[in-house]
Parts: sequence; structure tokens; C-alpha cells
Amino acid sequence: MMKQTIAALLAAPLLIAAAPQRAVAAEEMALENAPIDVRDRASLQAGARTFVNYCLNCHSASLMRYSQLTAIGLTEDQIRDSLMFTARKVGEPMAVAMNRAEAKEWFGAAPPDLSVIARSRGADWLYTYLRGFYRDPTTATGWNNAVFPNVGMPHVLWQLQGVRIRKETPLVRDGKPVEENGMPVMQVSYETVTPGTQSPEQYDRTVRDLVNFLVWMGEPQQLKRKEVGIFVLFVLGVLALLTYMLKQEFWKDVH
Amino acid sequence: MANNSKVQALLGWIDDRFPLTKLWKEQASEYYAPKNLNFWYYFGSLAAVVLVNQIVTGIFLTMNYKPDATLAFASVEYIMRDVPWGWLIRYMHSTGASAFFIVVYLHMVRGLLYGSHKKPRELIWIFGVLIFLCLMAEAFFGYLLPWGQMSYWGAQVIVNLFGAIPLIGQDLAVWIRGDYVIADATLNRFFAFHVIAVPLVLLGLVVAHLIALHEVGSNNPDGIEIKKKKGPDGHPLDGIPFHPYYTVKDLYGVVIFLIVCSIILFFMPDFGGYFLEANNFIPADSLKTPPHIAPVWYFTPFYSILRATTENFVWVLRGGVVIAAVIALVRSRSNKMRGAAIAGAVVLLGALWLFEAKVWGVVLMGASVLIFFALPWLDRSPVKSVRYRGPYFKAALAVYFVSFVILGYLGVQVPTAGRTLLAQICTTLYFLFFLLMPWYTTIDKYKPEPERVTG
Amino acid sequence: MSNPSDVNKGRRNIVIGTAAVGGAAGVGAAWPFIDSMNPSERAKAAGAPVEADISKLEPGQMMTVEWRGKPVWILRRTPEMLSTLEKDRPQLADPDSKHAEQPPYIKGDARSIKPEYLVVIGICTHLGCSPNAKPEGDPSMGAGWLGGFLCPCHGSRFDLAGRVFANFPAPDNLPIPPYKYVADAKVVIGEDTKGA
Repeated sequence: MMKQTIAALLAAPLLIAAAPQRAVAAEEMALENAPIDVRDRASLQAGARTFVNYCLNCHSASLMRYSQLTAIGLTEDQIRDSLMFTARKVGEPMAVAMNRAEAKEWFGAAPPDLSVIARSRGADWLYTYLRGFYRDPTTATGWNNAVFPNVGMPHVLWQLQGVRIRKETPLVRDGKPVEENGMPVMQVSYETVTPGTQSPEQYDRTVRDLVNFLVWMGEPQQLKRKEVGIFVLFVLGVLALLTYMLKQEFWKDVH
Repeated sequence: MANNSKVQALLGWIDDRFPLTKLWKEQASEYYAPKNLNFWYYFGSLAAVVLVNQIVTGIFLTMNYKPDATLAFASVEYIMRDVPWGWLIRYMHSTGASAFFIVVYLHMVRGLLYGSHKKPRELIWIFGVLIFLCLMAEAFFGYLLPWGQMSYWGAQVIVNLFGAIPLIGQDLAVWIRGDYVIADATLNRFFAFHVIAVPLVLLGLVVAHLIALHEVGSNNPDGIEIKKKKGPDGHPLDGIPFHPYYTVKDLYGVVIFLIVCSIILFFMPDFGGYFLEANNFIPADSLKTPPHIAPVWYFTPFYSILRATTENFVWVLRGGVVIAAVIALVRSRSNKMRGAAIAGAVVLLGALWLFEAKVWGVVLMGASVLIFFALPWLDRSPVKSVRYRGPYFKAALAVYFVSFVILGYLGVQVPTAGRTLLAQICTTLYFLFFLLMPWYTTIDKYKPEPERVTG
Repeated sequence: MSNPSDVNKGRRNIVIGTAAVGGAAGVGAAWPFIDSMNPSERAKAAGAPVEADISKLEPGQMMTVEWRGKPVWILRRTPEMLSTLEKDRPQLADPDSKHAEQPPYIKGDARSIKPEYLVVIGICTHLGCSPNAKPEGDPSMGAGWLGGFLCPCHGSRFDLAGRVFANFPAPDNLPIPPYKYVADAKVVIGEDTKGA
């Protein structure tokens, strides 16, 4: 519910920003389903690496400790060697190097802390957002985003994805242009003008791993939660049986 | 056995100084409850279980939570990540809060179904409505504590409602907040209310509720008084001792309830964003209002009523006052009563003209809860249970339940013209259920009640 | 019609069985609450091992490092200081550190891994004040004082290996924390070679 509402509300400024004579096809705003699996440790580790290398320069994850990463299969030495650039001890939280007030000055809004971003935005939003950047010379950063129009964040992963531009072509069905309220309906598409170091499939996988990590980081205890849940339900099941038999035994006397 | 006589001796020592055995007998092993209590009768004991859960998990949360605007949000995540089993205690508290309202609403439905509000149980009902009010206050204060966007803006909106009260509203709102907007001062005092003030009142009210219940004895699905038919031993023929029969039955009920709660807690604690709202994972920002503020699901029916009260709807209220005055005039038997009816109508119409719709929204929202107090006196039925009531009440009750659910659903949606109209219709039906009750329960066709319970 | 005593036995068995499983479940439910009061990850991170650089320590000099909120003294002892450790044995309450709190690899009069460097927690074992260093010859300590520490709160005295003198309020020698050398001039306090 919340995702659709946010997506719908984010569509509004795009519709306004687009030239008034055209209506935009609805498919652009739909969030894609993110293929999340927080049990995939290799994916989480890859995502952690991407996160530390690309995100922690501007964003903090101050509610997350480096040492917590042992839960996804990394040793403390691995964490210290490959993932800690600004912290000194492995028990420290993932703070950001940038000063928050300066960040607000440079980007218009301070980059939000990402510790629980997956719980507020949702995996689908993040997955579509990180794959939705395109080149836009009219903005301050030179980038824009299909899911979050006029976002202050530049496309930090552009070297991996390459440079895309946004194109609008008239929507054609059965050889005839489609119209709505007398105006031509435009179809939005993206064209890669400069390829990145990763193919589209590789980039999708990189983003998927990153979002997977963000989902895990939003609630690091989620795997343990489900394990405990199964055990608790089993015990309660046994208790349900016993208390039912107990009840039946006593209520035999009541007519 | 030697041990047994030692236990008896200890018990005797205590009984000489404290009515332990007497209490046990009066309240449990020799307290006779009807033998035909059904599914709807689980929810009282379940409410008590949830209350204990909220208190115990609340105590442990308070060990690590920081009621400071700069620390609160992070302290909740600290509990979720760094405190051993903190995630479990937090989820028990958040799932428990929603479970509390589900259980209490169903408990109230039982009341409406079987006439548990009717004489001689009016006071049990009144204590119950007071508990419901306290519960809403407790949830409202508690929801500010995580200091997320919904926490902050939800509190801002509701406290501003008090600001809508004419003359004193603005000062009242500042006094409640302790500041000009929701701020650290507000958080700290809401913490005090949530952790100790309201829980103490709640506990007192629950004790009063149970004392009143035990004085009269439980109602039952047939709505007949079991004490009217007693056996040679002095106990009701249709009664069974609470212990062991209902202790054992309620124990089973608790286990099933825990299974349902555990499924939610361990596998979908957010419950689609209804039990833990997505927007509340964004730290409170006094400069940025989220696009869509809605209260938590258990408040939405009443919030709907608030939003439905637009300028247009105030015309409906004016019309209602006029109709009520005409009816009062027609049925008045003295000039004094006629005078009172006209005076009342003039005052109300004046107020409805003078104060804007926003004020009436708050009034109606408050009235939608406070009207529960009047139920024992609005209901003129000679029978208690819906099983023996006529078609008018059954239809009215069904319409009421459906309106309540629709209002709840509309409360989470973004308002549109069509939705507002539907909310207005449902609000009208909601109030008519109560306001017309003296009439339709008088003219309804009743079935004869049985002499003994039917099960 | 079943035998009443069978019925009672059946009833008793179900009651006992349910009570047993229910009791176990209750203990299981109580455990997370009790465990939640143990140190959190934040407390454990704050209590993490601390590294000390002893390269600049002169003979006879002492430095203090904080570990788990407590002062840890690192004293570089001169040969004279080390020689006092056998001389003062008759005056000590527990010269062989038989009931002192120290890791198993700490042995002998010197009570340290390397005899030259004493690593000891500077908290008096009486009621928790932090003693002051009193070198040999300090007039306030009286004749025959070979050097050590004096606790200002109730007057307990400790020698240059942190061992308590007899007939003073403090019952035990100063505790030695787990520690190890990661280099010649670097000590990590709070971790030993087995892994604390």
C-alpha cells in the first residue's frame, strides 16, 4: 500500500515536469520486483562491499556496527582489512566521513542515514531507484532519476552501469499513434550512450546484491527471528495439543 | 504426608492474617460462571494477558530506551540490534499493542451481541469504556516514543485538534506540548504518561471492572440470569466453578492466541506496514511533512469521522438538530419541556453556525467514543442477547459493524470526494445506531427467552 | 463406565504433562528477558581490548591506559625495583599470589609476562579507590619503604608487583588483566594469546 502510494505520488511531479501537451505511459512509474534473498551470504557480502565502497562516502549507517557483519559470514579480520576505511575498531558504527551540515550545503539535502532505509522505502523502490538514473544536463548533478525526480544524489554507480539518456517516443499500437484527451501518449525509454564496466545483467546483479544487503542491514536479526519463530511455533503447537486435551478432560463433567 | 501438613500449617498462618483461601474460593474455585460461554468469551482473559505482556515488555524496553529527541530513534534501533533479544522484546511490544486493540474490539462486540451492558451490568460497561479511553490515550502517548515521522506528525495533528477548541484551544495545545511545536519536552512528558501514569490508571480500572463483574456474575450467550435458578446447594443450576473449568479453557485460548500472535511477530512483524509503519523508520523531521499522514489502524474509524465532518456535513448536523427538536416538540408533554427543546435547538444551531467544521469534527470524533457510555440507557430491549432480539436490532447492529469497518478502511486511504461522501454516510449510520436505539429497541419484536441456558 | 481412580490418574497425568511442558516453555520465555540485561553489543564494543604503545616508556616510568572503564598501569621496572620483590615477601599477605585475580600465564614474584613491564589494574581490592604511586624513599611512607603504591582511602599498601601488604584493609593483590604482546613495544590489554 505504502509503496504504491509513494510511487503514485512520485509520479505526480514527473507528470507536471513533463510538457503539458503529453501524457506519460503508466509503466514507467511501476516499481520492479526486487529479487531479494537475505539467506544468500555471497550476495550479502558482495552488497556489503559495494555499500562500503560507493555509499559510505556520503551516507552514514550509524545504527549499524561493523562487527555485526560477522553474521553474514565475514571474519573480523576480513572486515577490518577490506571494509573499514574510517573506523578504527571493528565494534564501531558505520559513520560517514562527510560533515552533515556541509553535505546539506553541497547537495541541497543531507544524504539520509541508510541503516533502516530498506524498511521505510522498501526493497522494490531501492532496486528500481538504483537502476533508474539517467543523464540530465539540466540538473545540478547532471543526473536525474525515474523513480525520484530531481533527486540531489548523483549516479555514484555510473561507471558500472554506463551513461543512459531518457527518450520519449510516441506510443504506437497497431500502426496508429495512441491518443488520450486529444494528446499523443509518449512512451519513455532509456538508451545507453556510453557502456559501463558491467553489462546490464551484471549491473542488475550488483544492484540486487546491494539492495539485498540494505534489506539485511535494515534488520540484521531477521534470520534469527525466523529461526526462533519456527521453534516457538513448534513448542506452542505441542502446548496447544496438551491444553486442549486438558480442557476436554475437565469438561467431560459438564453437561 | 508430613509435607502436606506443613503446607496446611503455612496456609493457616497466612489465612489468619490475609484472606488468601477466602479470596481463592470467592473469585475462582467457588465463583460460578455460566456453563455455556462460547468463543466470544475468550477475549476478556486475552486482554488481561496482553496487558501483562505490554507491562513486562515495556519495563524491559524502558531499560534501554532514551526519551530524548536526539536519542530516541537511535535507541530503538539499539534495542533492535545491540541488546541481546532486544528485537524480540520490541516486537512483542509492537505486536502486543495492535493485538490489544483487536482483542478489546472483539471483547466489545461480545458486549453488544449478548447485552452485557444492560442492567445490572451497567457499571462494568462504564468501567470498560473508561478502560477503552485509557487504552487509546496509552497508545497515542506510546506512539510518539519511537520519534519517527509518523510518530511526530501524528502527534502534531492530534494535539492541533485540541487547538481547534474555541477560545482556549491554542493555549491548551501549547500547554499539552510544553512547547510551540511537538518537541523534546513533549516527548519526555508523553514518556512519563505512557510508562507510569496511564498504566496505573489502567490497572486500577481493570481491577474495578473485575470487582464489578464478580459482584453481579457473568452474562452468557442466552442473556439470562443464571442466579435465578439455583440448586439445593445454593449454586446456579447452569453455573460451573470458574476454577478449574474456565481456568483450563482460558489456558487453551491463550495458547491459540499466542500461536496467532507468534505467526505475526516472527514472520511478518510489520504486518504489511499496519503494525509497524514504513514511514516511522524515517527519523522525525519537523521541517518535512510526509505526504500521507494517517493514524495507526486502530484509530482510523474515529479519524474517518473527524475527516468526514466537512462544511457540507455540518449542514447535515444542523438538519439533525432541527429534526430532533421537532420530535422533542411533538412528544413533549409540558410547556417546560417544549421550551427546553426549543432553547436547546437554538443554542446548538447557534454553535453550529458560529464554530467552523474543524471544531465539529473534533466534537463528533469525541462523541463517537463517548456515546458508548450511554448505551445501557439507550437500549430499551427487554432481552439481553441478540439471539432473542428482533429484526430491527439485528439489522441495526449489522449496519453498525459494517459502517465501523468501512470507516476504518477509509481512514487509511487518501481522501477523495467519493470517499468523503461514503465516510459521511457511514458516520451518519454510526450515530443513528445509537440515537435511534431507544425507538427501534422499543418497537422491535422479541422472542421468548429460555428458562435454562441452551449452550 | 471407567474406574474413577483411572480417571483421576488420567487427569493427573495430563495436568502434570501440561504443567511440565508449560513450565519449560515459561522458562524459555523468561530467558530472553534475563539475557537482555547482559552487556549489549555497544557495551562490549566499549569494553573491547585496548592497544598500548610502550616504546616511549623510560625505566622507572609508569603510564596509564583505560580498559573497561578502569585504569591499567604499565610500569617499566628498573633492576633495583625488581630486586625489591623478593625482599618484601615477608611483609606481604599473599606473596605467591595464590588467591589473586590474574591470568594463568602470570607467575612468580614479578607477576608479568616480561619481568621488566608490570601490567596491573590500578583499583584497590578493598573498596575500589585508585592507589597513588609511592616510590622508594618517599618520607611519608616511613623507614624501610622499598617502593610501591598507597591507597589514599583506607591506607592499604601494595608493592612494585601490586601485591598487598599484610595487616591492611585490602584483602587481595591488585588484579592483573588478560594481556599480550603483539610487538616488542605494543601491548594489547583485554586479550590474551588464547583469545579473551
